[in-house]
Amino acid sequence: MEYLLHILIISGIYIILTLSLNLILGYTGLPALGHIAFACVGAYTSSLLALNFGVSPWIGLLIGACLASLLGLIIGFPSMRLKGDYLALATFGFGVIVYSVSKNWVDLTRGPMGLPGIPKFIVFGFELQPVWAYLILVTAFVAVTAFIINRIVNSPFGRILRSIRDDEVASLSIGTNINKYKLTVFVIGAFFAGIAGSLYAHYITFIDPSSFTVMESIAVLLMVVFGGMGNIKGSFIGALILVIFPEMLRFLGMPSSIAAPLRQMIYGLLLIILMIKRPQGIIGEYRFK
Amino acid sequence: MHIWGREKDMLLEAKNISVSYGAVKAIEDVTFKVNDGEIVAMIGPNGAGKSTALKAVFGMVDIQSGDILFNRESIKDLRPDEHVSKGISLVPEGRRLFPSMTVIENLEMGAFLREGNNGKADIENILELFPALKDKRRQKAGVLSTGEQQMLALGRALIQKPKLLLADEPSLGLSPSYVDTIFEKLIAINKSGTSVLLVEQNARMALEIAHRGYVFKIGQIFLEDTGKNLLESEEVKKAFLGG
Ligand SMILES: Nc1ncnc2c1ncn2[C@@H]1O[C@H](COP(=O)(O)OP(=O)(O)O)[C@@H](O)[C@H]1O
Ligand SMILES: [Mg+2]
Repeated sequence: MEYLLHILIISGIYIILTLSLNLILGYTGLPALGHIAFACVGAYTSSLLALNFGVSPWIGLLIGACLASLLGLIIGFPSMRLKGDYLALATFGFGVIVYSVSKNWVDLTRGPMGLPGIPKFIVFGFELQPVWAYLILVTAFVAVTAFIINRIVNSPFGRILRSIRDDEVASLSIGTNINKYKLTVFVIGAFFAGIAGSLYAHYITFIDPSSFTVMESIAVLLMVVFGGMGNIKGSFIGALILVIFPEMLRFLGMPSSIAAPLRQMIYGLLLIILMIKRPQGIIGEYRFK
Repeated sequence: MHIWGREKDMLLEAKNISVSYGAVKAIEDVTFKVNDGEIVAMIGPNGAGKSTALKAVFGMVDIQSGDILFNRESIKDLRPDEHVSKGISLVPEGRRLFPSMTVIENLEMGAFLREGNNGKADIENILELFPALKDKRRQKAGVLSTGEQQMLALGRALIQKPKLLLADEPSLGLSPSYVDTIFEKLIAINKSGTSVLLVEQNARMALEIAHRGYVFKIGQIFLEDTGKNLLESEEVKKAFLGG
């Protein structure tokens, strides 16, 4: 039972990541391959603040999300000049840089040794120890994220995002200040991804750089594409299926030393099949050009 | 009071502008203008730099030298969206609609970013101008015929109520009857007070409706005159009108 709740918590965290990437990738059409870097910043920020300065995880979460947003702003800049594959490669590069920093800035992050003993959230004076309680917290965050992103994409602002995705030149010609919108979605997307990272850190209570490899960015990307780009429900479906499905391997008696690499292989294979058979994902409205 | 009388009001003036794409010089030292109320045509072979000149006017490419004035005010450092608010709208080459949006939504997008638009009434006016779009208002722009798409692209620009309409090859790829319609609409648009800067492959029709015209050749303008005179010019006849 505990294990099932655990899987749901992890799914919830991935749903937040997927929704926030969907805003950038699915709704605005910007191929961003470094999304986990924002989660990395969120996770390390609130963990380090809590461990070194005793800052409450709540405040750490907020500061982490803001720092992630700042990084989003920085990553957003190349999106003003680069298109398509080039933007994908540039964001990929950013993902690699953030990962390297978390691994090699040992004085700050303890590098590969990671950060143990990260405190849990405290609600009304009680530490969020039981798994079910944490599930409630994550669910609340998922709900708020979905609500806000849904509001954004269904507003006039969201319509303009779609216009950029549909055709940048057309959007320019109707008078869109495209760069402003691109930077904004990166900032918003990074904010929520930062929250997801922080939620993860204070739940697992241990983080190390291996949680934030480029492979994780690809996994989140796959969740967006699998569920359907430009679709909120799709993000739920994509994240749930792609988190839960590999977990079932364990029930088939697979040891984790095999299950982990197998998960990556399944993701890779899925990506290939998806691109060939159903590029718009399960319920998406938009496909890669 | 103008003691010496007054030239027609100059709406747009591009003075000695040059544009390069990296090492490729697309236009060099090009000068042209649009007076208030005019239709001005730009013709010339493929790759001569007509689209680049239009993009320069709209702020989509940087100009390396020269200046562009709109209502006597420099606009060369403005972003495209700032051009729209100044009263310049572009119908880009190849229509460039939003295929996942409906006809109405495409028109709404045009009106969106313009202050003082009054939504529904403006859309109805555009649909009156292009009755072919009326029955298709709920259809996705992606499924329209090429001709209908061009009407929509034109409508989307017009809903911004520009003082100057820039149109890049609006007749390209259209069936002959739609070509006629497009040119009729351009005349009507002009009659109602919008100046038009028109880039066209279809040199004959463009010059027929244009007050003045510019002929481009490898990055430069080598002829300028009234539309009528250009139609009768031997050089233009030989190069663009088939003899
Ligand atoms: N985005 C671009 N990058 C590089 N070269 C370009 C680009 N757009 C146009 N050119 C070049 O600039 C020149 C003028 O092109 P263009 O303005 O499109 O001509 P036209 O509209 O008269 O056919 C051509 O040599 C073309 O190859
Ligand atoms: Mg052209």
